[in-house]
Amino acid sequence: MSSTSQKTAARLPLLALMYLLPRTWREGRREGMIEHRPVLTVVTHLMLILGVAIVAFPVYVTLVASTHTAEEVLQAPMPLLPGKHLVENYLSVMAHGAGEATAAVGRMMINSLVSALVIAIGKIAISLLSAFAIVYFRFPFRSFFFWMIFVTLMLPVEVRILPTYKVVSDLGMLDTYAGLTIPLIASATATFLFRQFFLTIPEELAEAARIDGAGPLRFFWDVVVPLSRPNIAALFVILFIYGWNQYLWPLLVTTQEEMYTTVIGIKRMISSGGDAAMDWNLVMATAVLAMLPPALVVILMQKWFVKGLIDTEK
Amino acid sequence: MAMGKRARFQSQWLPYALLAPQIAVTLVFFFLPAGQAVYQSVLIQDAFGGNVEFVWFDNFKELFNDPLYLASFKVTAVFSVLVASLGLVISLILAAFADRVIRGANVYKTLLIWPYAVAPAIAGAVWMFLFNPTLGIVAYWLKLSGVDWNYLLYDGQALLLVVIAAVWKQVSYNFLFFLAGLQSIPKSLIEAAAIDGAGPVKRFVTIVFPLLSPTTFFLLVVNIVYAFFDTFGIIDTATNGGPGQATEILVYKVYKDGFKGLDLGGSAAQSVILMIIVITLTVVQFRYVERKVQY
Repeated sequence: MSSTSQKTAARLPLLALMYLLPRTWREGRREGMIEHRPVLTVVTHLMLILGVAIVAFPVYVTLVASTHTAEEVLQAPMPLLPGKHLVENYLSVMAHGAGEATAAVGRMMINSLVSALVIAIGKIAISLLSAFAIVYFRFPFRSFFFWMIFVTLMLPVEVRILPTYKVVSDLGMLDTYAGLTIPLIASATATFLFRQFFLTIPEELAEAARIDGAGPLRFFWDVVVPLSRPNIAALFVILFIYGWNQYLWPLLVTTQEEMYTTVIGIKRMISSGGDAAMDWNLVMATAVLAMLPPALVVILMQKWFVKGLIDTEK
Repeated sequence: MAMGKRARFQSQWLPYALLAPQIAVTLVFFFLPAGQAVYQSVLIQDAFGGNVEFVWFDNFKELFNDPLYLASFKVTAVFSVLVASLGLVISLILAAFADRVIRGANVYKTLLIWPYAVAPAIAGAVWMFLFNPTLGIVAYWLKLSGVDWNYLLYDGQALLLVVIAAVWKQVSYNFLFFLAGLQSIPKSLIEAAAIDGAGPVKRFVTIVFPLLSPTTFFLLVVNIVYAFFDTFGIIDTATNGGPGQATEILVYKVYKDGFKGLDLGGSAAQSVILMIIVITLTVVQFRYVERKVQY
């Protein structure tokens, strides 16, 4: 008996807390909840809120740091509430960058955007074409080409850094958009995804197209591409993030400031000065600018993002 | 494997033309460099490109006798085990809780998945800023509570920092897959167990977790691949592989020895070893996928 009362006593603070929460949280008796366990329901929400807070904390500090002056950020401890220099800091990095060896962040954002778009659209385009060839034609070496594309899954850029760099440099593609994007454009994953999808398109459609005298390219453009729209959208979200967030590759092939992407810009800023000499407020403003476009894409296109993640890992 | 359709188009040249862009990029930027890596790995060459000598497997022998390389293997192993296990456990806990919530579940989901969008290099920079011994706010709190925090000096702390950054970035991904896995478990199973008197913890251990094992295994492989290859940016911005070689994982070492050290043969041999690791992991992953398809 005493153990029960001890248990209740231990739960009291939680039970009390419970009544501070909205009514719907207190009542676990909704569809999907197996039984009525109000304490567990409160714990559930508390744990999730804690999880969200921990996940958000580093980005919150980054945001706060980007609204103060460099001196304010260098205080120990730095302020944890937003300051008054938001507009000033962001305008300053967009126009001039931060640290010595960096270009304007505005320019870097354009470079990032161009690379992300070229990589995403390029991967989708060449994968649509090759999947179409593999599914709708029979020709010698078809399996050979299919496996050739498949094997690229096993050769991430990280394992062939130096020789790939050499190829790109021999082709005179260093410090160009072509060098930043084309070597990343081959994609086994996207080709597989489209191949899987094309196999589910009813045979009758191609038959009908043939009977109507439509050639393969006409069929591709008028039937296959429109039907693939949901897959294209999902893939675009994933590949845009992939392209925007590239690091190792642009680090190797860009040496001129005006070709830096935003992510590379941060690295150059950090390694250009010592801890104290650096304008951390500006570095953090750049970090926010580097995070913003892909984060917006994830949040605003969440449905496509989730579909894309799950599709690409099949 | 059914690779094509019954209703086909006929053309002598069109399929090749359609495949050409993909195959061209693949040949020039994948096969050619990979071949060169293999070729370089059996040669010794001085930095000026003269004096090439064929040395069979000497570069590999040298690597495996090099205490620095072996140390990098160890760092990679510890790092990837920590990233994968912490990442999986934390996201499974969050997903299990989120699965209980009906109203508000989507809000939590949105608030937990966005770190996927943050570039590894930015994640490294942000966490470095928090833990920087001179200006980081978390470092300040740690010092207040008596911890001698300086990841620029202490190996273990540097490793901890990159593990935290890597896990932080990967939790969103694991969370989504665990949540999808949990939501696909039939509610009737759980209800039956509840009627038999099994509490939430017991239900989780005896029913839910076993049913999640395909998802868990899949995520384990994905997380190991992530820790091996996709964390380069985190390490480069947070610690530069230091202090000493404390956070120098294999991928970082290939980059450093090749680009900074200009050791062509050694770097190429390291690339070949990494390729073997990727191939093994990919095969494991695909065998698993095949097995799943049979269900």
